[in-house]
Amino acid sequence: MATLTPAPPTPTAVPREARAYPVGHEPIHNYLREPRPADDVRGGARAWAWFKLWALTVDHKRIGMMYLVAVSVFFTVAGLLALGIRTELFTVGKTIMEADTYNRVFTMHGLIMVFLFIIPSIPATMGNFLLPIMVGAKDVAFPRLNLLSLYVYAAGAMIALYSITTGGIDTGWTFYTPYSKETGTAVIAMALGAFVMGFSSILTGLNFIVTIHKMRAPGMTWNRMPLFLWSIYATSIVQILATPVIGITMVLLVMERVLGIGIFDPALGGDPVLFQHFFWFYSHPAVYIMILPAFGVISELMGTFSRQRVYGYRAVALSSVAIALLGFLVWGHHMFTSGQSPVSSIVFSLITFLIGIPSGIKIFNWIWTMYRGSVWLKTPMLYALTFLFLFTIGGVTGIMVGALAVDIHLHDTYFVVAHFHYVMMGGTVMAFLGGIHYWWPKMTGRLYNETAGKLSALLVFLGFNMTFFIQFIMGSQGMPRRYYDYPDMPWLEPLHQASTIGSYVLGVGLAVVLWNGIYSWFKGKPAPGNPWGGATLEWTHTTSPPDHHNFHHTPLVTHGPYDYEVLFQTSGDSRGDGHGAPVPDVEVGAPQEMDKTVDDGTSQPDSATDM
Amino acid sequence: MQADSTAGLPTRQSFLTEGGSLWLPPQESTTAHEIDALFYFILYSSIILTLLVTAAMVYFVWKYRRKSHADRPVDVHESKWLEISWITIPTLLVLVVFFWGFRAYVSTAIPPSDAITINVKAQKWNWQFEYANGTNVPGEIWVPVNTPIRLEMTSQDVLHSFYVPEFRIKHDVIPNRFAYVWFEAPREGTYQVLCTEYCGTAHSNMGARIHVVSRTEYYKILREGPPGVVQSPAARGQSIHDRLCAACHSIDGTDGVGPSWANIWGQPRPGSEEGVVDAAYLRQSILYPQAYIVPGYENGNMPSFDGSLSEEDLAGVEAYIRVLSGAETAADTTVVDPDATAIGEDAPEGGMGDPGVPVADPVDPSDREAVRQDGAAPQQ
Repeated sequence: MATLTPAPPTPTAVPREARAYPVGHEPIHNYLREPRPADDVRGGARAWAWFKLWALTVDHKRIGMMYLVAVSVFFTVAGLLALGIRTELFTVGKTIMEADTYNRVFTMHGLIMVFLFIIPSIPATMGNFLLPIMVGAKDVAFPRLNLLSLYVYAAGAMIALYSITTGGIDTGWTFYTPYSKETGTAVIAMALGAFVMGFSSILTGLNFIVTIHKMRAPGMTWNRMPLFLWSIYATSIVQILATPVIGITMVLLVMERVLGIGIFDPALGGDPVLFQHFFWFYSHPAVYIMILPAFGVISELMGTFSRQRVYGYRAVALSSVAIALLGFLVWGHHMFTSGQSPVSSIVFSLITFLIGIPSGIKIFNWIWTMYRGSVWLKTPMLYALTFLFLFTIGGVTGIMVGALAVDIHLHDTYFVVAHFHYVMMGGTVMAFLGGIHYWWPKMTGRLYNETAGKLSALLVFLGFNMTFFIQFIMGSQGMPRRYYDYPDMPWLEPLHQASTIGSYVLGVGLAVVLWNGIYSWFKGKPAPGNPWGGATLEWTHTTSPPDHHNFHHTPLVTHGPYDYEVLFQTSGDSRGDGHGAPVPDVEVGAPQEMDKTVDDGTSQPDSATDM
Repeated sequence: MQADSTAGLPTRQSFLTEGGSLWLPPQESTTAHEIDALFYFILYSSIILTLLVTAAMVYFVWKYRRKSHADRPVDVHESKWLEISWITIPTLLVLVVFFWGFRAYVSTAIPPSDAITINVKAQKWNWQFEYANGTNVPGEIWVPVNTPIRLEMTSQDVLHSFYVPEFRIKHDVIPNRFAYVWFEAPREGTYQVLCTEYCGTAHSNMGARIHVVSRTEYYKILREGPPGVVQSPAARGQSIHDRLCAACHSIDGTDGVGPSWANIWGQPRPGSEEGVVDAAYLRQSILYPQAYIVPGYENGNMPSFDGSLSEEDLAGVEAYIRVLSGAETAADTTVVDPDATAIGEDAPEGGMGDPGVPVADPVDPSDREAVRQDGAAPQQ
């Protein structure tokens, strides 16, 4: 049995060093510090050596952390742009910026949030960090390819940001033609940036699929995989199949601009609606690239913090795959008013409703997971509950805009803006924040400040609803999106003002998260290996932070990811300081029950030794 | 002189208007109620569902809260019955919504065969309307009450989208292609048209107005031209500026997408050694804007108004610019005698429900039913 050893007797009598890891939880080869430069390298050379060790690492954990820093920076930048948008809308007429500036600001907000933050957010940070550990491997299948996708992402980001220096881009993140053909030249840089970043997405997806197929530890059957892996697997399928289409579309857009090939430009006989088909053929599946990993995070949180098997494991796992596949067949619901054939609108509307069902199944299963469980209201759980509430609203308003006749009225209004913010921010970002809090001790070896965490969850919840719920009402009253000003509807001003104030509250909440992260990284208490009593491999078989090679011995998996029963004697840590937390099974040198023959229904080779 | 019932501000001037609700604007078209019924069905179902989900969540969080760290939850076995019920019930519910939405879409998307057609031309950043008799009105239209109106729309440049919240109609307007919407307004009033497809700098200022007027008044406008005709050239210019030009050109000297109109008459042409701002220069700038571009405005955003502004309109704009520069002549502010105005008389007779052409005349709604039943497609 790959179970945990009971916690050592509470060492309250022994004065502990404030900054020491709890007994039994000391990381042996902490990945943050190993590999490190040789001891005799000093001064500038040492800094350079450190830099090289990080910049050229193939360790999936270090790559994941570099992604985390990058997406956090982009999230902050795009969040500040959003505050600029809301501030401008505070009054009728000009408030702080000109119309052209505003158009560039909302475009950059959308592009940065979509391409630089939300698409890589969960897969590239938590996926990279956790996927190999969760399957029981030492790294992803192609570690160098993993590093390459980080650099391709960085290169794409640089090209995209270069567009700001050449005048900025004001097309909206959707690049609709023919406007994107006429406006400033920065569109070319931004389109190429999106094209390049697509490769990063494809490579990461490929890497994850191969890792899940080929590198699972013995005993890690498909039905024992944590649901996070199922959702990352489904996401990766979409990334591989859909991303090439946006690449082709962006290349066609650049060719349209540079060579005038006349495929989208009506002046040359092209069809602007064709561009919308191409664009949404990627961008709707991309919505699932954004939300599916969030589903995985929420499954982990609901399981661990309810100490209960995730209800309907198989339904939750397979619904992710169903969403991934159906997600390719609904792109036309972005185009009900575009002039596409009414027959296709009707078909797209039907499939759109069908794809709502797997999401609904997930919500019900997550809630039922708490049934007769033991619900622990820590910060990650608060974010998970926030997710359930906000995503439910995002889902039912999706039904609203999916209904053909109603969408005619609501299309391209604030109702749609509010709907997708409830799904993307209320869904993905809440899961991202919950996941970051949950795995923060694992990633950094530090415990965040629980009070600040709960405060941030409260502020984010209040601020978010104040900002975006009002926008549902504004939208159904007729406020169109992407409006710099609302001279024809000045009576909406009080609602805009309430929404803007809400966005400031939201901003403060997120600033608390940022402060909490930075502060705890340097000053936080050292974390035990398994502060929450999780039952997946990253908690039970590694220290916090994990060792450089994750495991000293390939773990043998004998139970499902949510069998908390095996941990019951060594319950979670009540005081958040490592007392009584289960000690992970990381003994160096002693084979972990590998001599026992366990009939686990698999005959997989020890993939780690095959490497 | 503005005719008060036919021009002016939109009827809706506050958040909660008579006939509207917290969620939706008043229903001012004959099809709005179908959309609203479905909207409210989904809204109330959603509220019930969200409340149930939230209540279950809150109850479970409270009921099964962790009391001790030795809590050892009961092993819960999955209930097939529960799983099946929360798959089938939502499926049935969304299928109902789908069919409802589909039916309402079909019944609101297809215009009646006897609708009056009005052409709509969208360009950055204004709407222009043209009646079948050739009368061209920028920025606003007058339509008869209780009569189906079909708008045949096309764009001159980029994508736009024609949206009237009170009518619950919206359709993208695409270059090189015709798009259609239709509505029938049961009440007189003035409604705001909004552009809902992002189209650049002055996207949010790209509005227009629809005046729903009585049938008598509508015929009068068809015969005599829009009410704005009976006014001085300067007033006419001002109303054209408000409807077409204000999105880009200020009148108080502030910088916009294009140069301001304040104090330019008789001044040297900006950025040029020779010539002053005179009628010829203004005419060229309006009709062939790319011929000479004022330095600092190389964005090339100004569209050509060749063919969409009449001689009188151009003269009005010139008069208005003279007024703004304090250089007006007596004629600029003199109200022109309507009988002497050529516009209404030159307009071709017929079409458009003009009473002179009985076949195309949409009579009252009860007769329309008779026409449909006879299967006689009215001549358009």
